[in-house]
Amino acid sequence: MKTFEFVRPADAAAAVGSAAKARTAQQGADVRFVAGGTTLLDLMKLNVETPDRLIDINRLLLDTVEATPDGGLKIGATVRNANLAQHATVQRDYAVLAQALLAGASAQLRNMATTAGNLLQRTRCMYFRDTAMPCNKREPGSGCPAITGSNRSLAILGTSDHCIATNPSDMCVAMAALEATIHVQGPNGARSITIADFHLLPGSTPDRETVLEPGDLITHVTLPPPRAGSRQVYLKLRDRASYEFALASAAVVISVSGGNVTHARIALGGVGTKPWRSPEAEGALVGQPADAAHFRSAAEAALRDAKPQTENAFKVELATRCLTHALHMAATS
Amino acid sequence: MPTTQDTPTTSPIGRSTPRVDGPLKVTGVAQYASDFHFPGLLYAVPVEATIANGRLLALDTSAAEKMPGVRAVLHRATIGKISRSVPGPGFAGITDERRPPFEDDVIRYYGQYIALAVADTFEAAKAAADAVRATYQREKPNVETDLKADDEPQVIMATFGPTNRMQSERGDADKAFASAPVTLDQTYVTPAETHNPIELHATTAVWDGEHLTLYEASQAISNLQGVLAQMFGLPDENVRVVTKFLGSGFGGKLWPWTHCPLAAAAARKLGKPVKLVVSRKMMFQTVGHRPRTKQRVRLGATEDGRLVSLQQDYVYDKAILDGYHEDCGEATVFHYSVPNLRVTFGRAKRNVGSPTAMRGPGAVPGLYATESAMNELAHQLKIDPVSLRVLNEPTKDESRDLPFSSRHLLECFAVGAEKFGWAQRTPAVASMKRDGVTLGWGMAGCTWIAARLPAEASVQLRDDGTVRVACGTQDIGTGTYTILAQLAAQKTGVPLDKIEVALGDTSLPKGPISGGSMVTGSLVPAVYQAADNAVASLLATATATPGSPFENRKPADLALENGRVVAKGDSAGTGVPFADVLQRANLRLVTGSGKAEATFGNPAAKFSTHSFGCHFVEVTWQPEIARLRVSRVVSVIDAGRILNPLAGRNQIEGAVVMGIGMALLEHTTYDQQTGAPINSNLADYVVAVNADVPPLDVHFLDYPDTEINELGARGIGEIGLAGLAAAITDAVHHATGVRVRELPVTIEDLL
Repeated sequence: MKTFEFVRPADAAAAVGSAAKARTAQQGADVRFVAGGTTLLDLMKLNVETPDRLIDINRLLLDTVEATPDGGLKIGATVRNANLAQHATVQRDYAVLAQALLAGASAQLRNMATTAGNLLQRTRCMYFRDTAMPCNKREPGSGCPAITGSNRSLAILGTSDHCIATNPSDMCVAMAALEATIHVQGPNGARSITIADFHLLPGSTPDRETVLEPGDLITHVTLPPPRAGSRQVYLKLRDRASYEFALASAAVVISVSGGNVTHARIALGGVGTKPWRSPEAEGALVGQPADAAHFRSAAEAALRDAKPQTENAFKVELATRCLTHALHMAATS
Repeated sequence: MPTTQDTPTTSPIGRSTPRVDGPLKVTGVAQYASDFHFPGLLYAVPVEATIANGRLLALDTSAAEKMPGVRAVLHRATIGKISRSVPGPGFAGITDERRPPFEDDVIRYYGQYIALAVADTFEAAKAAADAVRATYQREKPNVETDLKADDEPQVIMATFGPTNRMQSERGDADKAFASAPVTLDQTYVTPAETHNPIELHATTAVWDGEHLTLYEASQAISNLQGVLAQMFGLPDENVRVVTKFLGSGFGGKLWPWTHCPLAAAAARKLGKPVKLVVSRKMMFQTVGHRPRTKQRVRLGATEDGRLVSLQQDYVYDKAILDGYHEDCGEATVFHYSVPNLRVTFGRAKRNVGSPTAMRGPGAVPGLYATESAMNELAHQLKIDPVSLRVLNEPTKDESRDLPFSSRHLLECFAVGAEKFGWAQRTPAVASMKRDGVTLGWGMAGCTWIAARLPAEASVQLRDDGTVRVACGTQDIGTGTYTILAQLAAQKTGVPLDKIEVALGDTSLPKGPISGGSMVTGSLVPAVYQAADNAVASLLATATATPGSPFENRKPADLALENGRVVAKGDSAGTGVPFADVLQRANLRLVTGSGKAEATFGNPAAKFSTHSFGCHFVEVTWQPEIARLRVSRVVSVIDAGRILNPLAGRNQIEGAVVMGIGMALLEHTTYDQQTGAPINSNLADYVVAVNADVPPLDVHFLDYPDTEINELGARGIGEIGLAGLAAAITDAVHHATGVRVRELPVTIEDLL
């Protein structure tokens, strides 16, 4: 681990100011905000992250969950995943989020991990995490050994010739289905970004994972008001029963009336280079009967553009079954 | 179930006894190898090769050496001489990796140590190690997963000496197979597995002149002592090895690895104590693995299911320079009655660190293959898999023409089937359901070595009323401290809380390696003899001390009962506490020594000694989400008398959990481009977690095997893992119709 400076600013403005002079907020960042540290410190020990300065945001009073005037929910950047999962409003109105959080990591990690940190979780691609290996995400232009190497756990949606790394988050998948908005305070003031626009596809610049620029501090996330009568399910499939990243997961928020789907928000995890919202599946569901055949065809629509790698073709069928079954669970809940 | 109860129920033997060292562990007082600290201690971090094949051309240590707190970056030219060791008789001088560290500049496997950064803190040493730059001549590594036997002579050199690749033969297996009415010919593959004990390998090396003390995570301190004495040219007695507690090893800590002499050499060079803790990543590279195996099994049988031919031809990966032998045929040769049998093996060189023993080496992958083949044969013949095994149960060890000392495998099957409810099984695939999920039921038998290694022990009776029992073996987390306390309690009648157990130090009487499930069986006679000798000394003292109530009695008329010296025939509660006898004689203590010889490898054995057992497994299968889980396991084990059922059950349960990992999760993946074990961390090397552990039902038959020792205790550390994967894969087939012959069973196999 490289020696670094640790600073603890008094308020968000000072934090933003301290970070604004950084070269980049993406891979290779010389300045990083730290909250739970569950990803960052891990990667610093591996020399994948080598910041000169860490800015501790734990004391910036960003740790509350509050109702918004429009009936939605405001979630502070440093709210711990464990606390968010157990929050009564989240459990009642945003069950898909509570389920996704509890499907992630372990109890110990959830006690430390935060909302903003989870939004910025880095991939678990084994080549990314090993500095002895080439990796276009870590060292642009060095190549992607995963494409011909061990890629069983890697992405089948949103990949490029440069990178096939999976976004590992469960929380973000639920937030994609809930159409969350991310609120950022930056050197030029505050702005908000929809979660759909927040993460970037790798394209030819896999080192750029989000739209964040130097000095941008995530302050909170808002969720729109819950849709009355919607049914929500997060289903995560993996090799073992707990404490493993998803091979495929599905976040489903649907409304059913008179036997037909009237509203659907669908996102997939474990298969995309970013939290994978699926307008294809949503389009295939709305106005159609809430039955097994339509659930299956909606899931197939979500995976239509999948591009399997050498070891992960099974993910196409696994994700299809995952989404089909999540829809079935939601419709029968 | 018949149980020989020749000791009263108040006996410490056979009583479920919590770990006597438990409080030390849960309070953090227990010191593991990396917990020892000394004034001036330096920290060492190895630099690893990032190629798997080629040559180290140059090392640039200049930046690293200038970093704050760095004492040295040692390498081949600067670390000083580290010599080779050769094996001696018994378990002495053993290493699986024969080449000492830094001996040459040839890189044979990814992660091979090429330099050693030493600094005032661990962090500084790690930063320095990361700053070392190496230049290589790279050659393509061979980590090919498809194993074909290399062209080698019939007799090859293995870790323990010359070994014949025609392992066993009787009758004419080819001819019998060719004419058999029913045949099966299948190939089974097991992957490389990594031990992954929670405690990392670690060495703390301290020199005092020409004396070296090593605080090491070792399952075999005496062997390590001898190996390091050879490597540094010292008399054995100048090397002391201390392993007070071990956070398990699973075989990976049996033989020394290169980090240990590196730490010792650095400490010698720098004149300071040096601590080296192997990282989790290095655990996948430099300290052994269970080799990948590929096993062809051919069975020939009559139409009613009697075996007429059994052939097993197996291949496993080996390191380029080394000779570790994975004996997959160990159990094959005696497990079934079959007149025609042939077992052969071959090896395939790979650019990997040396494989080594991992819990149940040989027999665990071997029984996975042979027991899977038996299950497939049962399916083919439409015979119940239990019935097929009953039909082929041998009456003797046909490979050695010896009777078994104590084999109750048929009773294991009967008890297991009863406890599990096996009679309810309907054989058709996916024919059993519960709560909307499909069930799969499978079973398999298992066996493991039962033998004794040489062991010495001492017992002291002390004037404060306490007893000390000592042996230079080690407790690898299995409960050896507790067993020794129980044995001493049994012989002296002193309660456990007044018994001190000393283990894990080569200054103690020489003890066995913690390998092969042989420690308990080996220690019983040694400790009993030591206790008898100590008691004899006490009783002689009682008769010889002026003023003693036993003055002028004969020692033979006295006994030590419940911690009191009594005249035989006197009523209970009479006599004198033994501490009083010692005090009256102005003695602090009396000592007895005990020694027992090996039965392991005895060419003149009159019996074939093994443990036996079986597993019955249920899996649940949800095809709609491709989710397969093990939902219950019943294990029945015939391992002689169980001295501590609590620790015993714990051993079998732990092994079953490991077996779930073996069957469904674990595999070490070597990157084909670089040769790196690429999933070298506990997130990407997937082991079973608590949520994967179903209800486990463990039964012991408890038939004493007095061929092993007077108590009839055999070992139980490994047998619980044997056979389990075959039972699981048969349950998987029963649930899904998919016959998986390459472990682990993955989701993609079942889609």
